[in-house]
Amino acid sequence: MKLYCLSGHPTLPCNVLKFKSTTIMLDCGLDTTSVLNFLPLPLVHSPRLSKLPGWVSKDGTINLGKELKECAGRVFVDAQPEFCLPERELLDLSTIDVILISNYHCMMALPYITEHTGFTGTVYATEPTLQIGRLLMEELVNFMERVPKAQSATSWKNKEIQRMLPGPLKDAVDVWMWKRCYSMQEVNSALSKVQLVGYSQKVELFGAVQVSPLSSGYSLGSSNWIIQSHHEKVSYVSGSSLLTTHPQPMDQSSLKNSDVLILTGLTQMPTANPDGMLGEFCSNLAMTIRAGGNVLVPCYSSGVIYDLLECLYQFIESANLGTTPFYFISPIANSSLEFSQIFAEWLCHNKQTKVYLPEPPFPHAELIQTNKLKHYPSIHGDFSSEFRQPCVVFTGHPSLRFGDVVHFMELWGKSSLNTIIFTEPDFSYLDALAPYQPLAMKCVYCPIDTRLNFHQVSKLLKEVQPLHVVCPEQYTQPPLTQSHRSDLMLELQPPPMPYRRCSVLNLPFRRRYERIYILPECAVILALT
Amino acid sequence: MPEIKVTPLGAGQDVGRSCILVSIGGKNIMLDCGMHMGYNDDRRFPDFSYITQNGRLTDFLDCVIISHFHLDHCGALPYMSEMVGYDGPIYMTHPTKAICPILLEDFRKITVDKKGETNFFTSQMIKDCMKKVIPLNLHQTVQVDDELEIKAYYAGHVLGAAMVHIKVGSESVVYTGDYNMTPDRHLGAAWIDKCRPDILISESTYATTIRDSKRCRERDFLKKVHESIERGGKVLIPVFALGRAQELCILLETFWERMNLKAPIYFSTGLTEKANHYYKLFITWTNQKIRKTFVQRNMFEFKHIKAFDRSYADNPGPMVVFATPGMLHAGQSLQIFKKWAGNEKNMVIMPGYCVQGTIGHKILNGQRKLEMEGRATLDVKLQVEYMSFSAHADAKGIMQLIRMAEPRNMLLVHGEAVKMEFLKGKIEQEFSIDCYMPANGETTTVTTNPSVPVDISLNLLKREMALGGPLPDPKKPRTMHGTLIMKENSLKLVSSEQALKELGLNEHQLRFTCHVQLQDPHSDADTLHRIYTHLKSVLKGYTIQHLPDGTVIVESIVIKVSSSTEDSNTKVLLLSWSYQTLIYNGLLPGG
Repeated sequence: MKLYCLSGHPTLPCNVLKFKSTTIMLDCGLDTTSVLNFLPLPLVHSPRLSKLPGWVSKDGTINLGKELKECAGRVFVDAQPEFCLPERELLDLSTIDVILISNYHCMMALPYITEHTGFTGTVYATEPTLQIGRLLMEELVNFMERVPKAQSATSWKNKEIQRMLPGPLKDAVDVWMWKRCYSMQEVNSALSKVQLVGYSQKVELFGAVQVSPLSSGYSLGSSNWIIQSHHEKVSYVSGSSLLTTHPQPMDQSSLKNSDVLILTGLTQMPTANPDGMLGEFCSNLAMTIRAGGNVLVPCYSSGVIYDLLECLYQFIESANLGTTPFYFISPIANSSLEFSQIFAEWLCHNKQTKVYLPEPPFPHAELIQTNKLKHYPSIHGDFSSEFRQPCVVFTGHPSLRFGDVVHFMELWGKSSLNTIIFTEPDFSYLDALAPYQPLAMKCVYCPIDTRLNFHQVSKLLKEVQPLHVVCPEQYTQPPLTQSHRSDLMLELQPPPMPYRRCSVLNLPFRRRYERIYILPECAVILALT
Repeated sequence: MPEIKVTPLGAGQDVGRSCILVSIGGKNIMLDCGMHMGYNDDRRFPDFSYITQNGRLTDFLDCVIISHFHLDHCGALPYMSEMVGYDGPIYMTHPTKAICPILLEDFRKITVDKKGETNFFTSQMIKDCMKKVIPLNLHQTVQVDDELEIKAYYAGHVLGAAMVHIKVGSESVVYTGDYNMTPDRHLGAAWIDKCRPDILISESTYATTIRDSKRCRERDFLKKVHESIERGGKVLIPVFALGRAQELCILLETFWERMNLKAPIYFSTGLTEKANHYYKLFITWTNQKIRKTFVQRNMFEFKHIKAFDRSYADNPGPMVVFATPGMLHAGQSLQIFKKWAGNEKNMVIMPGYCVQGTIGHKILNGQRKLEMEGRATLDVKLQVEYMSFSAHADAKGIMQLIRMAEPRNMLLVHGEAVKMEFLKGKIEQEFSIDCYMPANGETTTVTTNPSVPVDISLNLLKREMALGGPLPDPKKPRTMHGTLIMKENSLKLVSSEQALKELGLNEHQLRFTCHVQLQDPHSDADTLHRIYTHLKSVLKGYTIQHLPDGTVIVESIVIKVSSSTEDSNTKVLLLSWSYQTLIYNGLLPGG
């Protein structure tokens, strides 16, 4: 039994498990942090971005002025942003039998795996994961295709040249693996390979292995997976949460008695308490509005935004923000809000009870009905005529490199009255802001990451007692910046088996029994002694 | 041999009060718990005293499963759980759990408040009953206990309707509830995988019908409604608040839009708005087309259909009214019917099945004079039309489901005996499987023939594989030799050495010996040597050894020689061999 590790990103995993002659891919996360090396894609012509000087090496020998631009003291690639794909050379992707998806954030690389690779297998995901995953992919494609950039930049990727570049470009790894965004056609083709599954559904693979998704409590339809034969059990834990937010609570007990537990997707903000962050988010928002400024919230179009809106629903009246307009701008804003209301089966108990009444499970329905929250597909069209300030705008992409958020950065960045509040933990906010410096607007960092922290995960592991734990190497040592915090790592007995990008691990299994069946003809003649 | 027993308490050769008991692998399951629309006395509910005479049912049932929210499938649930007494788990899907208590409350109100019956379940009992409900998701495998597992499949029919697969070990039963094999304007078609149950328990409402295409029926329906409206008549469509009503509303809504009609369409009862909300929130349970477009246009927001008020019934001019309940046995639909029955310009369209004893059933059978309460008679002059819109599988659909699930036996319920008989013949002929149709209280027993799962120790498996040459084909039977240990409900096949070790037993060897006397004057050693050379010449191809300790061994047989104490010329041959099983010598390859 072997585990091939195709991604080094602990929260955007992509692993392949070879188990009883089946080849199972666990998630295919797309590492989008690579886009931070690119210039933002403005929706309307930006004189500032179009006049940036090209980069020339200090000695003048290398001139990449067409590809690289200097901006705010850093060098950025001037081309359509590219993503860091899972490793595609470590094993033949056409041999993959099935792909198991744990949540909609961990499937964004799917078209790169299923298209043009000879893949002929099946992808398993829950209905909310498929529907919301489709929306997020659609949004990504839309963001890219709306601002076409013909130019592709490849010269800088030359090893000799990259070595000469200033950081962080110089240190970027696997740049040859970086790829531009897929097309809608590829998305549709990839998603047509998805077969829907429900929690605790037992799916037989070739009669050899049984896989089953379990609620993981992190997002709508998010799941952990059990992969088992009659006598061996592997648990795959990815992006789980024990906090009470909107999704169905995490199923912990089914993880018991695992031979191997593969642990990924812990919180990226182990020191930030989500509740505290939510409080800070609200108070900063209210303060800015009262002072007459605007609030910009760069966020994903599904997920924590539902909780933010629910929190604001309770907060608006008490904070006297009843007349402040809230805008949600995204090509998928409407769909995301509508879809969130129809997945009763996948919600926490309280929300299910509301559906039985029947009332919409999320209060953003009421915010929309009372005109407090308005949603638009983009800044063009109706929004430009209806938009009033001061206001609060939720929009993507949280990397600040593409999407409508770029426009608001250009529009509001110069005034100290305005505030940008970061809630997504996926990107370093300083790196995200780099091409917009110098900025006058206030920046507040309230990353809300509801995934398991180290304290919760060690308690969980004590409870479910797997024989062996496999995890990304990042979890086996304290974070680089907080090397004294030994509480921010996994300490287990026996120690966890760490993996990194391109690792191939031999999983320790001691098989003792196998399942056979006695034919009824034979069973009747058996006499007990 | 293990057996599965099926006993209908209701819906055995009948439609109404569905309630079927299944005993499988030592577990008892109740499938549906419905009421009968045709009766107002004790026969309204299933006879639970069949299960036990002494009160509560909890000890006798492992779980109760409700297939969908129609009252003939869930109407007796609060009576069963709260008045007879049952505290175990009750399973139903989320939409059923949401809608079922509303219909039960409606049913209670009509019975208690309008008809003044006492000794009926209360609102509080409905609430207490619903607290025992565990929601089911489609395709989720629910472990009721360590051995019993259930899994729900989409059944079409009405919002949230499910078929259920019940499994204990390798024995299983599928219960369809009511289902529909063709998608309609708001729901999808039933589907099940090739689960090969021992018994498939199917409804058979339309056992003998093969219905014409849905399109034709829809066109017919619209034509009739349109004609009636044109001549100034009023059209009454008795429906149940949820289900067919929504399908027909979608149909009329689009027709009104297309034809630019002005006559009002009303929907009775306060349920309308609420009912449509359920469809909006459970849109994942509707058909593909509605699900795909719901963000742009929600099909359950009607423009032409307004809420009905009792006073509207006397308004002049044409109108269409949807009123509940669907079989004209009580409530608003019956009131309106009484008002309009006298005018031949009016029309009533019965879009679904009506059980015996209801007014709906009577007028469909051509009865034109109805006896009402208080000895009054009612002359029925209005046009009576029947349109089968109720979403049951027809004969073709039932055959299609059998092909999908590949059951070993078939059992029909929820239909009329004569029609069942016909379908039974067809099924037995086409699929060569047994088909049963028990009446209420009659038990059908089916013998199953399950393989016995056993865990084999990997050591033994490897050893046996090494003996047997090529790898065993998991699909082909094969003979093996080992010791079967039964312990705490598990079966293990291990080598005899391991079995002895695990059970803490000493190994005993059984040896057979015999003495043969022969006359030979030579010394003991010489005699032995002579025997050795003789055997060598006679038994070619056997391993024969002469050991220095004075024994000859032929394969595993030991031969020793000693002189008799009385006469040194008489030699005693001692032969000794161990006990060997027949299998070990004969059948096992390489043994």
